[in-house]
Amino acid sequence: MDGRELSLKFNVNVRRLRTPLREEEIRSLRVGDVVYLSGTLYTMRDMAHVRALEVLRRGGKLPFDLRGEVIYHCGPLLKGEEVISAGPTTSMRMEGMEAELIRLTGLRGIIGKGGMGEKTAEALKKFGAVYMEFPGGAGALAARAINRVKEVHWRDLGDPEAVWLMEVEEFGPCVVTMDSSGEVFRKR
Amino acid sequence: MRVEDLVEAIRFLETELPPDVEGRLRGALGRESGISRMVIEAILENVRYAKEKGVPMCQDTGILEFFVRCSNGHEEIRDKIAEALRRATREVPLRANTVNPFTRENEGTNLGRCHPIVHFEGRPLNEGDIEMDIIAKGAGSENVSASFMLDPMLGVEGIKNAVVQAVQKAGAKPCPPVVVGVGVGGNLERSAHLAKKALLRPLSEKNPNRNLAELEEELVGKVNALGIGPMGLGGETTTIGVLLEWGHCHTASLPVSVNIQCWALRRISLEWQGKNFRILR
Repeated sequence: MDGRELSLKFNVNVRRLRTPLREEEIRSLRVGDVVYLSGTLYTMRDMAHVRALEVLRRGGKLPFDLRGEVIYHCGPLLKGEEVISAGPTTSMRMEGMEAELIRLTGLRGIIGKGGMGEKTAEALKKFGAVYMEFPGGAGALAARAINRVKEVHWRDLGDPEAVWLMEVEEFGPCVVTMDSSGEVFRKR
Repeated sequence: MRVEDLVEAIRFLETELPPDVEGRLRGALGRESGISRMVIEAILENVRYAKEKGVPMCQDTGILEFFVRCSNGHEEIRDKIAEALRRATREVPLRANTVNPFTRENEGTNLGRCHPIVHFEGRPLNEGDIEMDIIAKGAGSENVSASFMLDPMLGVEGIKNAVVQAVQKAGAKPCPPVVVGVGVGGNLERSAHLAKKALLRPLSEKNPNRNLAELEEELVGKVNALGIGPMGLGGETTTIGVLLEWGHCHTASLPVSVNIQCWALRRISLEWQGKNFRILR
């Protein structure tokens, strides 16, 4: 189904974007928009957040540049380096770390599930980024949109916690649930 | 019982959603619109695609729990289950989920201290057979499950409130629409066991106790009235079923456990009659 058909069928605004993302693209996204993303996703969950912040707080550099990029709260299931199933994990676990990661890296997007808290909402607004949700549990569908693994970092954290750079094509549906104007989809 | 049969069963468990669960999700389509409907359609497409490709529907292949009825040979069966888990982790594959809780070290086998989790539950229907139910449960929904030691004076209303509040507090985290397993009575750990075990009953099977069947229906209504909806994005369908198991408890206690299960309720029933192996679903 193409974007127009999808928009009509579900009465949603469909946006197709390619990474790296520019600030004005991000600022034009609104809560409730549905994004299909192409380009690169960086999987980062609990341990990758901890390590990235350790490095950045020391004034160090990450082995990958997140400026304009989109991170994915995901611990993929792999066979060797082939991604078998790769749905999102619960984003709230990263709430205590996300605002700082946004500030220190200039990332423009986060994909996860379940929503995030106020600190992240403020950082999204201040630095120009969005939070999107892919349907939880739909790991096979997510893997279908992943063409290949381009790089992997920090594999010593264990495969689910490592940072996998994935080349994706039309990765979605990703529902924008926190935008860069401070709007939040869920009433808490 | 052959290890190969078990590996195959685990593959089936992880790649094909039970038809009653898929049926309930399909039923939710008619009640939802907009983004919530889009989410349910994505879930159903995921279920279809996982089955077609023979890949796990969710990357969190969970922790597997085994409920076994057999006449004897417990140690041998436990060893075979451990071997099957080790092999399935490589071959299906399963994500290596089990870690040391203190050091977070992961051996990569889905085994470790206390694993595999096997419950031996008495004898099979026919002497010499082996009957087994397996459930695979991810962390997103297990993390929001809870046990309560209620004041017995709170009675049935207290039980209802505990269930509704647990689902409300869980919100979007457990990947709704959820199935809610409720364990009432026993003691602290038995109520938790009953809540997990409740999830094994097919959604198409009514609770054999009429009062409890009505209570389950009432709880479905109350939970759906929360409006959490698919993936917590709002909507009519927060749950596709409430399943309750119970046991007697201490006169001064009212233990209630609520096991919240994501939409991907992965369960399977197996049977060995002599050398004949069957997946019953």
